Amino acid sequence: MAMLEVKDLNVYYGVIQAIKGVSFSVDEGEVIALIGANGAGKTTILHTVTGLVAPKSGSIIFEGKVITKVPAHKIVSLGMAHVPEGRRVFAQLSVLQNLKMGAFTRKDKDEVEHTLEAVYRRFPRLEERRNQLAGTLSGGEQQMLAMGRALMSKPRIILMDEPSMGLSPILVDEIFDIIRSVSAGGTTVLLVEQNAKKALGIADRAYVLETGTIVKEGVASQLLEDDAIRKAYLGE
Amino acid sequence: MKFLSYLINGISLGSVYAIIALGYTMVYGIAKMLNFAHGDVIMVGAYAAFACIMNASLPPYAAVLVAIVVCTVLGVLIETVAYRPLLSAASSLAVLITAIGVSYFLQNVVLLIFGANAKSFQSVVSLPNLKLADGALNISGVTIVTVISCILIMLALTAFISRTKTGQAMLAVSEDKGAAQLMGINVNGTIAVTFAIGSGLAAIAGVLLCSAYPSLSPYTGSMPGIKAFTAAVFGGIGSIPGAFLGGLLLGIIEILAKGYISTELSDAIVFSVLIIILLVKPTGLLGRKMQEKV
Ligand SMILES: Nc1ncnc2c1ncn2[C@@H]1O[C@H](COP(=O)(O)OP(=O)(O)OP(=O)(O)O)[C@@H](O)[C@H]1O
Ligand SMILES: [Mg+2]
Repeated sequence: MAMLEVKDLNVYYGVIQAIKGVSFSVDEGEVIALIGANGAGKTTILHTVTGLVAPKSGSIIFEGKVITKVPAHKIVSLGMAHVPEGRRVFAQLSVLQNLKMGAFTRKDKDEVEHTLEAVYRRFPRLEERRNQLAGTLSGGEQQMLAMGRALMSKPRIILMDEPSMGLSPILVDEIFDIIRSVSAGGTTVLLVEQNAKKALGIADRAYVLETGTIVKEGVASQLLEDDAIRKAYLGE
Repeated sequence: MKFLSYLINGISLGSVYAIIALGYTMVYGIAKMLNFAHGDVIMVGAYAAFACIMNASLPPYAAVLVAIVVCTVLGVLIETVAYRPLLSAASSLAVLITAIGVSYFLQNVVLLIFGANAKSFQSVVSLPNLKLADGALNISGVTIVTVISCILIMLALTAFISRTKTGQAMLAVSEDKGAAQLMGINVNGTIAVTFAIGSGLAAIAGVLLCSAYPSLSPYTGSMPGIKAFTAAVFGGIGSIPGAFLGGLLLGIIEILAKGYISTELSDAIVFSVLIIILLVKPTGLLGRKMQEKV
């Protein structure tokens, strides 16, 4: 049974249909990439999965539980974290306060300290800057903070929306290394990216989204060889 | 001596404004809306205390407690019934107009129950006056209680926000409701708590205000409400220390203007100062520039 299963999802903004009958699944331990051009509906799908947007129809099943109608604030304690597009760190709060927000629903205080240490080990720069206001961090540091904040909830699955957006090539490599190591640590990853090459490079399987519909799916390494994909998304 | 006594009266009135302004500023900071019915919640609080003392002969502290409970419940009711259905869908203009409607609604309900005649409010403070400098400086018990209450409320609120989970949730919601939800924060619940706190404080402000200025009518809340809103803007709307500072300054300016210039002109002077400050510093004294989202 898939860890996360999305079935026949339809999402509207007013009268405009942004997602048209999308289905996909994520197995435990996988890295799944969801790629597509601007406006294809990638963010909308993630928002719908974590309850920020309500679908018109379709179902979302996480670890056997139907979460289609679960409100957004009850999702994270189920074991699903979402690193939103544009990072959305709390700019007026310190790095440490931001990280603690990530553990907002956790009751195990001592364990939270351990998680914090683990996050600091993964992102030493966050520890150096723990008292700095998040709004004053660089783009790359904010991305790390957004990821660290999500990891503070100890998620079993993490949804990431364009973590490489707006970053320099070196930082992009760094971010993808981190995603790989998060995955190696046992967390399932659903990765939304416009950087198809990088995303397909670390993913197990991938789905290609065009104007609200999944037009292709398959093993990532095979999609990397696919001529149509190479033309449309890899600029070749 | 005259100046000193004006100053003390100004601080006392300013403390009331500050307590009311906290309600405006917290609701604005967290729900991003102007709750124009806030002033009328003050009035309801004062009437609740009045009814407890006059009709039920409760001791003053019990009357204050009842007023706080009544206003807290009222605040949450206003938020859930009148505002919440609008927050997600409608424009901020719709919320504003609803707030004005709620304001008239409260005034008219009180008018129906208690009538239009002004009531003489019996002070809840029975402390004797403090006479200093051989009686040249006379500080009333209400003044002392008001200033101390305001300081305690500020300290308690600051501690609440920095130390408790609900306080941290308020900070997160005030910045980004969506991201706050992803952290597991119940945004609607947090907004309701904000209304509850603001309205509970409004009850305290109403009782203190009417203890100092004992005439109570269904319109008692409007002018202090508008002044406290001004104070909140003056200090920087959304900022808690700003509400405190803005309230105090407004009260002091108002009393000094009344004392030295003219009672009739005092309100005009107060609002002129506000306009000048906002021209120089549009975000208010302690308001921060709106951070641009990347
Ligand atoms: N809040 C909204 N209201 C109305 N339309 C929206 C809203 N959010 C997104 N849309 C529309 O829905 C479609 C899908 O948008 P979405 O943000 O999901 O795309 P995306 O694949 O994430 O794009 P990008 O790569 O640019 O982030 C777009 O046509 C967009 O204009
Ligand atoms: Mg997007």
